[in-house]
Amino acid sequence: MSVALGGGHREAAHGLFRRKRIVAFGVPAAILLYFVYIFFAFDLPGLAQRARLDNAAILVSDFWSYKTHVTKDNRNGEITAAIEGEAKGAYPAGTFPDWVEETEGGVRIALRDGHEAIFEPEGARYLHPEYGEIVLRTEGRRIALTLPPALSEVPDWINASDTRVAINTEAGRLSLTRNRTEAFRYFAGWELFFFTLDSPFSGRSLGELRALALWEPRIDEARSNLGYMLSEFWTNRMWRHGDVAWAIFETILMAFLGTMGAAIIALPLGFVAAKNFAPAAAARFGVRRLFDFLRGVDGLIWTIILSRAFGPGPLTGSLAILITDTGTFGKIFSEALENVDEKQIEGVRSTGSKPVQRYRFGVIPQVMPVILSQVLYYLESNTRSATVIGAIVGGGIGLLLTQAIITQKDWEEVTYYMVLIVLMVMFMDTVSGWLRRRLIKGA
Amino acid sequence: MTEATAGAAHAGGPTIREAYFAEVRRKRLYGGVLLAIFIVLMVAGFQLADERNAGGFWDGILNIFQFPSEVVSEAAEKAANLPGLVVHFIPSMVETVNIAAVSTLIGGLAGIVLALLSTRGLARWPRLIGLFRRMMDGMRAIPEIVIALVLIFIIGGGPVPAMIAIAIHTAGALGKLFSEAAENADMKPVEGLQSVGAGWLQRMWLGVLPQVAPNWISYALLRFEINIRASAILGFVGSGGIGYDLRIAFQWGQGRYDEVVAIFIVLFITIVVVDQISSVYRDRLVKGAMR
Repeated sequence: MSVALGGGHREAAHGLFRRKRIVAFGVPAAILLYFVYIFFAFDLPGLAQRARLDNAAILVSDFWSYKTHVTKDNRNGEITAAIEGEAKGAYPAGTFPDWVEETEGGVRIALRDGHEAIFEPEGARYLHPEYGEIVLRTEGRRIALTLPPALSEVPDWINASDTRVAINTEAGRLSLTRNRTEAFRYFAGWELFFFTLDSPFSGRSLGELRALALWEPRIDEARSNLGYMLSEFWTNRMWRHGDVAWAIFETILMAFLGTMGAAIIALPLGFVAAKNFAPAAAARFGVRRLFDFLRGVDGLIWTIILSRAFGPGPLTGSLAILITDTGTFGKIFSEALENVDEKQIEGVRSTGSKPVQRYRFGVIPQVMPVILSQVLYYLESNTRSATVIGAIVGGGIGLLLTQAIITQKDWEEVTYYMVLIVLMVMFMDTVSGWLRRRLIKGA
Repeated sequence: MTEATAGAAHAGGPTIREAYFAEVRRKRLYGGVLLAIFIVLMVAGFQLADERNAGGFWDGILNIFQFPSEVVSEAAEKAANLPGLVVHFIPSMVETVNIAAVSTLIGGLAGIVLALLSTRGLARWPRLIGLFRRMMDGMRAIPEIVIALVLIFIIGGGPVPAMIAIAIHTAGALGKLFSEAAENADMKPVEGLQSVGAGWLQRMWLGVLPQVAPNWISYALLRFEINIRASAILGFVGSGGIGYDLRIAFQWGQGRYDEVVAIFIVLFITIVVVDQISSVYRDRLVKGAMR
């Protein structure tokens, strides 16, 4: 066959194969080389040292558990219990959870797995079921540590110096300084997610709550128990469910206003920028460059400029989305308009219609599916952008999320917000998909 | 126009005509109601957003040029600094572009695997298609900023958290698009390869990849454009690249506006140039695919 085709074709075929082979090996090799370059440019070897695995451990344990602090102020001998050590989660003075037993001059704290921590006037004791009793005594400025006979030297789970001793076990933690004695006990779950301690519904079981909601007498004469319950949940000071719901709504609002506003502005401008509708070449050129400019400057820069003019809040976020997307939509819409079928417009024209009617009945029905599907797609994608933009302009769930992360303390709140954000994006995805199917197939 | 057509159908009798007009009226009513709801939503939404904003809309719109003019006038005074500053910020810009490029590559490669595993007819384990699809949905739904900020807490600042965050999102987004493109691939080459005893990897590599490569590369290029923007914005919120420099210069405020302008210029030029190059290649790829 190659003979019949002559040497030229054969050469060409060989050349083609050679080129293909070079591409087949060259492209992966180039990508590999690039990865090697990045490996050093991003300092990945140094990353292993910089990584804080203890932070990761805090994060993971906070995700699924919380701790209750029992604290003794050694200057005045006052003992308090507080969930996560926060004032918002403090037990009323003089009351303790049921695993804390008041003794003479102190408390006896039952930790998990049979471990116990005991606060005493002269120090503290830790009872380890395996090794026995560890005694801590304050002697003037120093803290003396007495280990049980089973421990010949200070193990790595005890961190001791002259002024501070901390015992960390799986079951909890006991620490003693001159000013403060503190014990933690860990529990699975998210603390006080439904009701804070000061609420009458705190600590009740599901069955009790149901009974209260449905048939038991009112706790507060002025309102029904169910209403009271909902309002206690909504205004939970620890989790601020009401504020979080508002923030989510604000984020969706930013995305909605930005996307729809951009579409409303971009549609008429799209006509000016489309080759077949442009009133003048100069206008078309100008509008197209405007679109390029709006898109090129990028949402980040618009956000910064606008947040100076409008101050923090959802309006700034919506306007930032609006401006960026006007550029994007303008380009998409004008391209769609350039692709319309002239026949429909001619048909409408033949009935003696005015230009506005030609646009309404000849053009809009043709481009509407493209426009709607793009707008709905961007609505979903902008919900995600609005989270980031919210972090910059200070509005919506993005702000709450960055605040929670910056304090580096309440990782369970971060998890909560993350879950809500993912649900929000999935919800918007579903809504936009549903609307797309409805509006476009129905048309 | 619609009424005119109805007139021609008069021969069909008044009932058809009436039903038709009733239909038209109902459609108009629905359209009108939808439009009214939409307008109410927009107006109420803007008012609500305006109310919850620190500065009002009308104050803002009048002051909108104040900050840019402040920045530009200061930069104009120090215009001599600008070329030097632009050069100074190029390494940061390169880092931002690198973040976007690596995350597009890694995300794209992961996207290919996910796409092939979740496409009907191609999947290695057809029972697990649903699982891989849900995985992609999840990866797409998590905003980059969430992953980036959590990773900054664990592995510290620098470009890596942003890179991982964008790569995860990219894998989900590209995986979906890749899978849609692969669904339309011609199955004949795949079956041909199967008939000569090719394994799954060989079928994908030789039967599917050549068909879908132009589309996939074009999607990946579009994603690269998006990722440059994302990596700049993540730098501003988190760390790494030009966004971080911008935040530092911006927080300093007056006195460093020349730096802000230099960063704006570098960012703007990069985005425009990358968009242009990528759109040329995408055009070529898509046209080549149609040929």
